Parts: sequence; C-alpha cells; structure tokens
Amino acid sequence: MKNLSAFLIILLLISAGAALADNADPPESVVTEAVEELEVRRAIDLEASDTPEDEGGSVSLTWLMETEGVTPDSLGVMRSDPFGGEEHITTLPVGTVMYRDQSANNGTEYNYWVVSYLGGTIEACSDRAVAISSAQWIYRGRIGMLIILFLIMAVIIYYIEIGKRGKELFIREIAGLTAVDDAVGRATEMGKPVLFIPGIMDMDNIQTIASIVILGRVARKTAEYGSPLLVPTCRSVVMSVAQEIVKEGYLQAGRSDAYNKENIQYLTDDQFGYAAGVDGIMVREKPAAIFLLGCFYAESLILAETGRSVGAIQIAGTAMPSQIPFFVAACDYTLIGEELFAASAYLSREPKLLGSLKGQDAGKLFFLILIIVGVIAASIGDFWSPMKSVAEFLRNLVTVN
Amino acid sequence: MRLVIPLAITFVTGMIMVLHFFVPHQPIKLLGDNLQDWFMIVTAASIFLGALNLMHVHFRKIKLKLKNWKYSPVTLTGFMVMFIAGLIYGVTEAKPFDFMFMNMVAPMGSTMFSLLAFFVASAAFRAFRASNWRATLLLTSAFIVMLGQVPIGAMIWDKIPLAKVWLMTFPNTAGQRAVMIGAAMGVVSTSLRMIFGIERSYLGGTD
Repeated sequence: MKNLSAFLIILLLISAGAALADNADPPESVVTEAVEELEVRRAIDLEASDTPEDEGGSVSLTWLMETEGVTPDSLGVMRSDPFGGEEHITTLPVGTVMYRDQSANNGTEYNYWVVSYLGGTIEACSDRAVAISSAQWIYRGRIGMLIILFLIMAVIIYYIEIGKRGKELFIREIAGLTAVDDAVGRATEMGKPVLFIPGIMDMDNIQTIASIVILGRVARKTAEYGSPLLVPTCRSVVMSVAQEIVKEGYLQAGRSDAYNKENIQYLTDDQFGYAAGVDGIMVREKPAAIFLLGCFYAESLILAETGRSVGAIQIAGTAMPSQIPFFVAACDYTLIGEELFAASAYLSREPKLLGSLKGQDAGKLFFLILIIVGVIAASIGDFWSPMKSVAEFLRNLVTVN
Repeated sequence: MRLVIPLAITFVTGMIMVLHFFVPHQPIKLLGDNLQDWFMIVTAASIFLGALNLMHVHFRKIKLKLKNWKYSPVTLTGFMVMFIAGLIYGVTEAKPFDFMFMNMVAPMGSTMFSLLAFFVASAAFRAFRASNWRATLLLTSAFIVMLGQVPIGAMIWDKIPLAKVWLMTFPNTAGQRAVMIGAAMGVVSTSLRMIFGIERSYLGGTD
C-alpha cells in the first residue's frame, strides 16, 4: 500500500512539473506564428478627389484605418505623377484620416497612397487612388444667390432710373428719421451737446458705414444749428473716418471754424470699457440728444438706459435683431434693421437714392413671394411629391454653401 | 478728381470683394484675400492713431484745465502703466501686464456687464405696461417666457414651459428672421449704392 502511495505521489509530481513546464515555456514555433499574425495596421478605403470650390492646385484625400493589428508610429502620404516620379508629401500622426495636398499641378493625374511607418520603415501601404486637380470658376453652392443678386440689382437699377427721370416715389414715413432735426433742434435750444455713438464695430461692418453716412448729415445739421457734436468711437479707423465726415459736414454748412477735432475721440477697443467711457460722457456732459446708430451687442441697453437717465431724446438704430428690443424699450425712436440703411436716402430725399430704396422694397416683395411659395410647396409636398421637389429647388436656391 | 479717384477705388475694391464671394479662381481669390489682409494691416496700424488721439485729448484737457480735466490723469496713468508693463515684461501669462489685465481690466468689464441685469429690470418695468393691446400682448408673451424659463413656471402649470418654447421657436424666430431679411436687403442696397457711386455723402457731397 505504501509503495502504491509513493508511486502515485511521484506520478503526480512528474505530471505537475510537466504541466508547469508547458505553461512557462511554449515551443519556439508557436511564438513565431503569433508575431507573424499581428501585421501593421494600414489605411483602407483611400479616396482622392479634386478639392471642390477652390482655385485649383489641391487634392483632398480621405481614408480609414484597419482596426486589427499593430498600431504604426506614423502615416505617410505618397504620390506619383504620370512621369513615374514618386514623392513623399507629408508625415501625419496616427489617427489622421484626411489630408489636403496643396502642391498638386492642375491637370496632372496623380496616384496617391498612404503608408504606415513602424520603427522608421514602411511596414504597410494602402491601395492607390487617382485624382486630377482643377480650378473652379464659381462656387456651385452660391449660384442661386448670384442669380438672386443679379435680379435684385436689376430691380434696384430700374428704380434708380425711374427716380432719375423725376417720377414721384412714395416712401413711408420713418418716425425716427423725421425726428433727427427735432432732436438736434432740442439740443440747440437747451444749449447742450449732441452725442453720436456709431456702434462698436469697425469700418468693415456695413452698419458702421450706414451709421457714418448718417453722421455726415447730423454733423451738417449740428453745424447749422451751432450745437457741439460729440462722437466717442470704439475703433481707431472709425475715429479717423468720423473726423473727416464731421469736418466735411461743417465745411458744407459753412461753419468750418466751429469744427472741433477733439470732440471726435477714440476711447478704447474694449466693449465694456467703451460702454463705461460713453456712460461717463453722458453723465458729465448731459447731452440733450443721443444717436445710437450702428452695430451694438450687450452694451446697447447699458448705453440706452444711461442716456435715458440723463433725460436725452434718443434715436437708436441697429440691424442686430437681439438688440432691437432693448432699444425699443429704452429709446424714443428706433430704426429697425433696414430703416438704418434707408436713413441716408430718406434724409437726403435724392431721387436716385430714393429709387434704390424702392428697389430694396421690391427685393423684399420678391423674398416674400418666395417664402409664401416655399411654405405652400413644403406643406403640400408631404402629400404630393412634385411640390416637394419645388420646395427642395427653392431651398437650394436660397441656401449659400 | 477729388471725387473720381475715391469713387473708382470704391468701385474696384467693392467689385473685387463681390466677385471674391462667388469666384474661387485666380486672380480674384488672390486679390480678395490681399484686400482683407490690407484691412487687417490698416486696422492694426491705426491703433497707434487711437492711442495718440487718446493722449492728445487728455494732455490737452490737463494743460488747458478744461471741464472735468481731473479725470484725465487717471486715464493717462492707466494707459501708461499698462503700456509700459506690456513693453518691458511682455503680455504673456503671469507677467505684470497679464496680472493687471486679469485682476483689474477683466473685473471692471464684468462689473459693467453685470449692470445689465439692473438695466434690463428697469427697461422691462417701463416696457411691460399694458397701455394698449400691443403692449398687453408683449407683456403677456414676456410673462409666459419668463415663467417658462424658471422651475416655478412648470410647478404652476406644466404647459407653461411648452408655451415658452412655442413662443421662442415660432413667433420670435419669425420676427427675428423678418428683421434679418429686411436688413440683408438694406445691406445689398447700401453696398450697391456705394459701389456704383450713387451714395456719395460719405465723400462730402453729391456733386
């Protein structure tokens, strides 16, 4: 019995030892096979195409990466031309799935492929994709807008011609603009200055341009009436332009001696710094009339409420939809959106300018019709497919890409 | 010539920028991009004009002891301290300029911005008076939107937040888009007037 037990124990120990030896050190052939199975990941589904809507010289590449395998150190974009020349264009970090080759020659057919680098050598490469770069003459997504622009231009020019011929053009009364003379007159009677705030944006903003045009007329009026005109600005360029405009206004009124360059001053580019500066001017100078015309953001109500607190008559105007309610609540008169741009024509009463206003209204009518037709087409399009394509056409026409 | 040259410059640059929006081809793209770069350069350079104007106006006020001249030294001191700190130590993080900006300029800006809350309250108090049917409509809409924005609105009636969403999504968006379409037409019209030289008042006359 003892011999049998000893034999079994020895047998167990031998089996256990063999099993441990199996786990700890697999055969060499098995290890080699495992390494060979793990290949380096490569780019797949490579697509190359001419970059759309550009001046040429550019090819866009997109690809995906294999999910299985060893992650490469980096990726390389390669290309070859029809003459057999191969070149490495760029090295990209792993994870990149697109690249734009900006060095292509227009009209040359290029072969592109993406290689995977591991340890400084190319370990895998993608299939090849072919593309030819070319220049486009027009942004295709903007053709609809171009057609609409031509139509509007034609209508505006037509009405300008009508205006030039001397035909009476009806323009509805805009209370805010009619009140300009009253506001300046009030300031003169009270012996207080007029404050003109041309918004907080630079001269590349069309609202600032519209505001500056109105400033010219206000300056002429203040020169005629003999009221001081204060113009604090938020941008240096606006200050320079405003100085010239006001000077011109005073010259036209024959009061160049009354022009004071120091009244048109630069405060700061900082939005709330400017608001604080203008509020300070309002509180110290107590202007009788305040014009807030141009592009405004969050400072609109801060300015308008302070102006109201000093008892000034306030005429505001902006095309920023989010600021209009603030001006409506705090100012005596508000020019809403398009009225700001109509101000110059309205104040001058020049037939050519009034003609352009009429053209603008015709353009609005065109869009109104377009919206109504679009709404009807989109609503009926759910039940009748031809109308759906009409709605789609209109949507594409007015969409700018 | 006094009018012709500025008008010609306006026409050429205006047309280039209009074409730049529609045409990606050379040389329009190059010209348009260059004009935009020029504007950036002019704007950057003009900051010196602004700074000079600021100094000139305030030094003059101090020199002539004009009205409220006592505020001018404060402005000039602030300007000079920031300017010199930026010039000597640079404007990067953890430098005196950055410290002053983060601990003085930014809080002062925030203070001005926070005033908006009180101004909104006072403006709303005046605007939301049921003086006529339109003002009453405005008052009702505003009341619903304000109630829908806070938890108590839903506690009063669970449909109030839905009514707020409807008001903001439909009547409000429609109104805003109407303003935007009108403004866009105004932009086109003003731009055309400028480009074609119909609007000349900014040049100082209509001759």
